[in-house]
Amino acid sequence: MEAAAAGQGTGFLRVEGVSKRYGQTLAVDDISLSITKNEIFALLGSSGCGKSTLLRMIAGFETPSAGRIVLDGEDMTRVSPHHRPTNMMFQSYALFPHLTVRENVAFGLRQIRPALPRGTIDARVDALLDLVQLRPLATRKPSELSGGQQQRVALARSLAREPKLLLLDEPLSALDKKIRQRTQLELVELIRRVGVTCIMVTHDQEEAMAMADRIGIMSPHGTLLQVGAPGEVYEHPRTRYIAGFVGETNLFEGRFESGRLACPGLPQPLALPAGTATPEGTPAWLSVRPERITLHGSDPGEQAGNRIAGRVGGIAYLGSHSIIQVEIGGGRTVTTDHAAGALAQRTPATGEAVWVAWPPENGVVLTQ
Amino acid sequence: MNALLRLLARGRLWVDALPWGWMLLFFAAPFALIAGVSLSTSELSIPPYIWPLREEGGSWQFLPDLSSYERLWDEVLALLSAGGELEYLGAYGNALLLAALTTLGCLLAGYPFAWRIARAGEQWRNTLLLLVMLPFWTSFLLRVFAWMGLLDSSEVGLVNQLLLGLGLVDEPLQLLYNRGAVLIGMIYSYLPFMVLPLYANLVKLDQRLLEAARDLGASGWTTFVHVTLPLSRRGIVAGSMLVFIPAVGEFVIPDLLGGGGVMLIGRKIWDDFGPNQDWPMAAAVAVVMVAVLVVPIITLYHAQRDEGRRR
Amino acid sequence: MSTARHGWGSTAWMLFVYAFLYLPLVCLVVFSFTAGEITTQLSGLSLRWYEALFSDAEIGAAVLLSLRIAALAATTAVIIGTAAALVLVHWPALRGNQLLAGLTTAPMVLPDVVIGLALVLLFTHPWMQWLGGRGVTAIWIAHTTLCTAYVSIVVQSRLAEMDRSLEEAALDLGCLPAKVFFVVTAPVIAPALAAGWLLAFTLSMDDFVLAAMLSSPGSTTLPVLIFARLHHGLKPEINALATMIVLVVSTVVFGAHLASSRARRRRLAAAAAARAEPA
Repeated sequence: MEAAAAGQGTGFLRVEGVSKRYGQTLAVDDISLSITKNEIFALLGSSGCGKSTLLRMIAGFETPSAGRIVLDGEDMTRVSPHHRPTNMMFQSYALFPHLTVRENVAFGLRQIRPALPRGTIDARVDALLDLVQLRPLATRKPSELSGGQQQRVALARSLAREPKLLLLDEPLSALDKKIRQRTQLELVELIRRVGVTCIMVTHDQEEAMAMADRIGIMSPHGTLLQVGAPGEVYEHPRTRYIAGFVGETNLFEGRFESGRLACPGLPQPLALPAGTATPEGTPAWLSVRPERITLHGSDPGEQAGNRIAGRVGGIAYLGSHSIIQVEIGGGRTVTTDHAAGALAQRTPATGEAVWVAWPPENGVVLTQ
Repeated sequence: MNALLRLLARGRLWVDALPWGWMLLFFAAPFALIAGVSLSTSELSIPPYIWPLREEGGSWQFLPDLSSYERLWDEVLALLSAGGELEYLGAYGNALLLAALTTLGCLLAGYPFAWRIARAGEQWRNTLLLLVMLPFWTSFLLRVFAWMGLLDSSEVGLVNQLLLGLGLVDEPLQLLYNRGAVLIGMIYSYLPFMVLPLYANLVKLDQRLLEAARDLGASGWTTFVHVTLPLSRRGIVAGSMLVFIPAVGEFVIPDLLGGGGVMLIGRKIWDDFGPNQDWPMAAAVAVVMVAVLVVPIITLYHAQRDEGRRR
Repeated sequence: MSTARHGWGSTAWMLFVYAFLYLPLVCLVVFSFTAGEITTQLSGLSLRWYEALFSDAEIGAAVLLSLRIAALAATTAVIIGTAAALVLVHWPALRGNQLLAGLTTAPMVLPDVVIGLALVLLFTHPWMQWLGGRGVTAIWIAHTTLCTAYVSIVVQSRLAEMDRSLEEAALDLGCLPAKVFFVVTAPVIAPALAAGWLLAFTLSMDDFVLAAMLSSPGSTTLPVLIFARLHHGLKPEINALATMIVLVVSTVVFGAHLASSRARRRRLAAAAAARAEPA
């Protein structure tokens, strides 16, 4: 399995066969993965899939029921959180309300024994505050900061001790949508500048795709489904769940028939990407992303690849792009996505007869 | 074993042990003593009882003396056969009645009061609550003393001074040393115990529910009966229990304002403990009192737990 | 406060109840200034009863004793009550927690007489004589046991509201587990600790039944003294005492209230200003 093969034995952080059981429920089910140094890794999954539990085990707040966690060669599985070289940025930021920004950031440094000289601590805090551009607000208390400012303090605080591993728990979920996109890029830039290995946990697939070097997708049952770079996961999902979870997709269900996919209700079997294994009669699915499908007023002909006739159902105009649903009979819909200006002529009207088409290599065959 | 060691190392055990240790020694053990003493024989000694578990004839024996409970049981029989003096049962009955009336009075007076505070603007609420608590924080004996002065049955009683001065009466009214005075004093003292839980409950009441009811055509009274009252049920229960249970044992206020005319069970315990030096009897009475209160105590526990969950 | 919105009736009732609550206090204060000997008649104005109060050695001793016991009991109650609250809130599934919750809150709910009797039995027991029998220590212990119940409730409520990740964050940043309470938890729940202490202090100062049942010569608290004097007929000296108590309590309570509401208003204003800034 690809997940297991992801660098066992190598890797800055190695999670080996980790499970977590609460009574009868298995929150995390035999997960193994390997993170390389200075990588930004995102654990992506729906709510309750166990990703936060896994993160907390890496941080030390939970102990695995089975498996090992090895960081930079040291077995961390049973080490208490205050002894681990990891630091976490909490979803609620968890800034100490009774301390100022400066004192919050300095907190971790003050815990170090033997005690660091005051000057060293102050200098480091200053450097961190400059990094997140909050130096002028150093004497404020957390309640006197906006959400974005609080987030930056939380980040500075978690970087103060120069951890080997930085853990981010849904770092942007508390922010407004507009600020989120800008913060995504800022956050990545900061992390790269500091040069720290980072694992983030999120349910927002756009966030994971935008920020991470590699993504690990977790199923709702606590297992790891696929690990890979964002492009890899998006273009070549391994299961239907992943295809549907990461972005939107159209799924055609059928059986292999002479090198094509015969789908009930479709007039012709669908052509598949070259080189796909097609054992005769095996059930399979074809995933086609909406933006890979083109709309035509009339039958575009054999050279367009797979073609299906239908009628325009719903149109959602979203400014930079439009989503057009096409009903192809049998109650089924194909979703297409067109960037503004990509539609050859004008936008089709609801109910209009159209053809959807895509070249065979734009689809992905899934057997799970 | 490992878990225990880790607990010890982390100091968690000490944090847990402290309240346990204290409560076991200074609360659970004393109540075990009450149970034991209730089965003891009164004796002129220090302490004035003979413990039921003692060495006799070379071995430890458990020799309970049930005479205290027998006395109480005799009264029950006397009650059923409608004859004989009901010293203790009478005192129980009086105490339960007084506690019930006090609870009712506090509820009637306190509910609209708590309601109004809960509906006040947010910046006023804390001040209003503080004003409720303030008298509570000054000596309760002195406040009862003040009521004695207010209700004094001679012409120096303040109320009497007012009535005489206004010419409403010719002679001072007998306002003190009767059940009315006691009830006023009780309601006065226990009101905060009713108001606070009620307030805590009412303040969480969503105003929009009431507006929805009005919007659907309900009158003020109907809204109150069918929306507000059911939703404040837990607050009412909590407040009532917090008044009723301690009030059953109250005897200081009735003594000062009632002149000792009505015998209450708290007073009985006090007398048996003090002047009568009959500790086994006092203990037996206490055991029965707690047994009688078990049901309200459990009701309160459930009400508080549910209220806490609702948060 | 818009009376029109709430209805004339309930506001009137509220004011009436307030008047009811404060009537005895007002009477006590007013008649403390009488020049005569009757506590309910104002025959001239004078401060003679305040002079009598301050030169009354018995009252002075009782006040000091009560203050000492109350301060001690409040402090002990806060320690034990907070420990109980920590256990009940942080480790809710711990075995025996329901029983602990019951034990800690039972004193709050049982009649004083019963608790008093139970504790007297304890302190007069031959095995417990190392505690010194009845007296100041016994009263302190009794008050602590009673007040722990109230403190525990107050602190539990605040603890439950506190963001648990604060403590986890402290651990994550390298703080030793034992230190976390003092460095993070305590400052955050400080208002509850203070409220609990004050509540315990008041309860202890005002308790009569327990102090009376556990008293011994030389351990007369203020309520016990007042009660004894109440039966012998009283002079307006007692009004002077009441007025002093009212004065001290009001000053402390309103001082604290003003200070905290001013601090809160400042914080809210700063927070609002921060939100108006560009992130």
